[in-house]
Amino acid sequence: MRPFDYARADTTSDAATRAAAGATFLAGGTNLLDLMKLEVMAPEALVDVTRLDLHEVEATDESGLRIGALVTNSDLANHATVRAHYPVLSRALLSGATVQLRNKATTGGNLLQRTRCPYFYDTAAACNKRDPGTGCAAMEGRNRILAVLGASDHCIATHPSDMAVAMRALGARVVTEGPDGGRELDLGDLYRLPGDTPNIETVLSDGELITAVILPPPPAGAQSYVKVRDRASYAFALVSVAGVVAVEDGRITSANLAFGGLAPMPWRNEAVETALIGKAPSTETFDAAADILLADAKGHGDNDFKIPLARRTLRRALRELCERAA
Amino acid sequence: MDDTPRNADFDVALTMDAAQPPVLDRTVQGLLGTAMDRPDGPLKVTGTARYAAEALPENLVTGFLVRATITKGRVIGMKAEAVEAMPGVIRVMTGHPLLRNPAQGQAHQAPEQILPKVDYFGQPVALVVAETFEQARHAAQALVVTYEEEVAEVDPNAASQVDKPKASQLDQGDLEGAMRSSPVAIDTTYTTAPHSSAPMEPHASIAEWVDGRLQLRGSYQMLKHNVAELADSLGVDEARVRIHAPYVGGGFGSKLGIAPEAVAAAHAARELGRPVRVVMARDQVFEMTMRRTETTQRMRLACDADGLMTALAHEDRVSNLPGEAFSEPTAQGTHFLYGGANRRFTHEVARIHRPCAGSVRAPGEAVGMIALECAMDELAEAADIDPVELRIRNIPDTTPEGGQPYSERALERCLREGAERFGWSQRRGMAERLEGDWWVGMGVAAAVRTNMMEESIARVTLRPDGTALCETDMTDIGTGSYAILTQIVGEMLGLPREKVEVQIGDSDLPKSSGSGGSFGAQSCGSAVFLACQGVRKHLAERMEVAPDDLTLRDGRATGGNRQVALTDLVEAPMSAEGHVKPGETEDNFSIAGYGAHFAEVGVHRDTGEVRVHRMLGVFSIGRVLNMKTATSQCHGGMIWGIGSALTEEIMHDPRDGRIVNHNLAEYHIPVSLDVPQLDAMLLEDTRDDQANPIQAKGIGELGISGAAAAVGNAIRNACGVRVRDFPATPDKIFPHLPDVT
Repeated sequence: MRPFDYARADTTSDAATRAAAGATFLAGGTNLLDLMKLEVMAPEALVDVTRLDLHEVEATDESGLRIGALVTNSDLANHATVRAHYPVLSRALLSGATVQLRNKATTGGNLLQRTRCPYFYDTAAACNKRDPGTGCAAMEGRNRILAVLGASDHCIATHPSDMAVAMRALGARVVTEGPDGGRELDLGDLYRLPGDTPNIETVLSDGELITAVILPPPPAGAQSYVKVRDRASYAFALVSVAGVVAVEDGRITSANLAFGGLAPMPWRNEAVETALIGKAPSTETFDAAADILLADAKGHGDNDFKIPLARRTLRRALRELCERAA
Repeated sequence: MDDTPRNADFDVALTMDAAQPPVLDRTVQGLLGTAMDRPDGPLKVTGTARYAAEALPENLVTGFLVRATITKGRVIGMKAEAVEAMPGVIRVMTGHPLLRNPAQGQAHQAPEQILPKVDYFGQPVALVVAETFEQARHAAQALVVTYEEEVAEVDPNAASQVDKPKASQLDQGDLEGAMRSSPVAIDTTYTTAPHSSAPMEPHASIAEWVDGRLQLRGSYQMLKHNVAELADSLGVDEARVRIHAPYVGGGFGSKLGIAPEAVAAAHAARELGRPVRVVMARDQVFEMTMRRTETTQRMRLACDADGLMTALAHEDRVSNLPGEAFSEPTAQGTHFLYGGANRRFTHEVARIHRPCAGSVRAPGEAVGMIALECAMDELAEAADIDPVELRIRNIPDTTPEGGQPYSERALERCLREGAERFGWSQRRGMAERLEGDWWVGMGVAAAVRTNMMEESIARVTLRPDGTALCETDMTDIGTGSYAILTQIVGEMLGLPREKVEVQIGDSDLPKSSGSGGSFGAQSCGSAVFLACQGVRKHLAERMEVAPDDLTLRDGRATGGNRQVALTDLVEAPMSAEGHVKPGETEDNFSIAGYGAHFAEVGVHRDTGEVRVHRMLGVFSIGRVLNMKTATSQCHGGMIWGIGSALTEEIMHDPRDGRIVNHNLAEYHIPVSLDVPQLDAMLLEDTRDDQANPIQAKGIGELGISGAAAAVGNAIRNACGVRVRDFPATPDKIFPHLPDVT
């Protein structure tokens, strides 16, 4: 770990100012501190935002929920409103990491955690995300956990979050504050696909701090989070599906689906959802949706299996959701 | 300890040339075999047991190892000056005596010291010493090393150098003929992934030279060998090395031999004249210590219409670095578990440049039994015979290759009692039981683990205050050595547990087998038993009775119509050494631990995820020394079995052999959710008189042997998918799942 300056921010604008001057935000530190120990990240300064007043979960005027960026994953998963009305989010959170990590990890930090691509963490491996221009060791390496959708020739990293997948299915919006004021954007618009700059992962500008996530009012229908992984707990998703599906008179009337483990960001494809609307639940219906989801999917050897596994996981999630929603 | 010459009159030596009487069945203290809590338990759960890295000698500095970032070649440059100019940095060291890899178990000499040569990606190439850990690590990361790189082979299947050790090849009868002429024959190949020991405590040493003698606080399993290996590595006399290892936070084979951090710390401490601490980072534990090799195992089995085996072939390929004598004895258990007159064994060692392969819990059986016991399941299916029954029918009367008799062997009983307890009769046909979205099925596998007893010495002293001291250089690697030695002494000398003090983990104490190969409890325990026999003899003389007429209980000696408190009988410390050696019984008998595993699993109909619902292991190991610690060993072994069946795999980069998943997030040892309630049952009434004078055999490794196969066989029964490439991750199952209509 390289020696660094540490400052604790008292106000959001103080944090933003320090970050705009080069400091890196520190919240739960569950990912950043590991990266610093390995010198994958070597910030010269940290600005600790944990004392900012961003720890509340509140109802919004629109009957949705405003989640402060510093609400821990544990608190959010166990929040009564989340458990009752956004169970997909609660389940996604509880499927991630371990109790100890969830007690520290925050909502904002979870959204901004880095990939778990093993080559990103090995400073003796080529990685365009860590060291732009060095290449991608994962492309022909051990890429079992890496992306089959949305990746590029420069990077096949996956976004590791479960929480963000559920939030994406729920249509969450992200609130930020920065040196130039604040904004609110769709969670899907927060992330950038790797293209030829995989080192740039979000649209956030220097100093821009996520202060909250806003959930719209609870959606109609059944909710579930299905996560397939290599062991029953404390493993990142091979494939995960966050789903909210409503069924009326034997037909699917609404479907919101997001996918984890497949792409550099929590993945959502509205054409998949459109293909389900108005259809009777059946394996054929589900497979037609999977065809759309996976039309452009590309494996890289070890992770080829994710493509058929995604189809099967979607089938499982939709079957369960439709049974419960009917 | 003191330096006054000992009276050796009561020392007892025994070479295991003949069956031994069950003395411990006649003692009356009632301590041995009970589920006594470990004496060290409270220290461990309160964090006050002091592990290797936790001492703070004055002037302590920290070293951090630097790894090679090429697979094969030479170090040709190192910008040491730049790093030595960094804050707090004291010295960069490279070259001799740094180790290429740890010593193999019981090597008793220095491992390869080849710098500036590099043989694998991750090999230690330097040690950076600084005032603080953070400074040392940062400097190590900053050190620029230049290499001359050579082409390296890292794929065991494509290796150009493949050794075929003569002693590991066997051709008996006519295998091909038997395969052709038998009504049922299978020819099947299994592969298993490389494994890591992944002990919770990383490899750690603090080295300090005091008056020209090295004092090393280390995390090691076999101190008498480790002293020799460390001394040889440093080029000093063994008398100038002392190792302290009172607590070891898990070893599983990875701490059998002296490892790079110890030699680096000792060398740096000698050069700098200050105590030096070197702790491996988690990724270094994966890269710089021992892995279990990957294996490819071709199995050919044939039987007649009644299921009696006619042919058995076990042909395997493993790998290791050039120059390493160790090769995974994959077929070890296959040689004597089942009959079959026509037999073939071939064993190949591919010489490749992946990190060093060595002993990992139950070397041989842990992975060899996966192939054998899954192949037995395939044979049972082909012959249409119940898998439990097929196994029982093929238990041989004498060993099928040497014709030796077996010592205590309760395999049939374990299989039958296990089947009854598990509800085996409820097992349905393949893919016949769909519960919700889960296919459910049961599997069975036999367990067998070769038993070893090793030379061991211990000293027991009965003191005038009525307490006893037991001294040996034995280690406790989390297994319960403190507990079982306390129990043996208490049982033999008639003392309650609180009157017995056990001192271990110091290489200056009498030399034991150390911990490894499941031989620690029986070998060291036998030495302690013999020492107690010596003390008993001394007491009998005092009581003026024959030793057999002496009864010791609760601190009182009874014999010749009188009862005397030990505090009145013992005027000066009574000390005796026990010394046990293996002898003819291990040549004249096939001695092993046996058992049976049963597993019930669910396989998800869509995704192929496997969940173990329940698991039973029934084991026979002769005398059980402590029901709680022995059962815990079984649980640990069964959990390893779940790991090797479903989750554990070291991933090597296909280009340079480096370990890609070198952390506990991506190397998937089973977590609580992967492990159901485990039922481990030990037969309590068995004794093995040929094994040793305490009639107890090893248990630590038996629990893993066969466990993964039971899971694999249960997967087959549940959903019809036969996994032959372990671990059975979802991608190996879902493409073959049956459709649900």
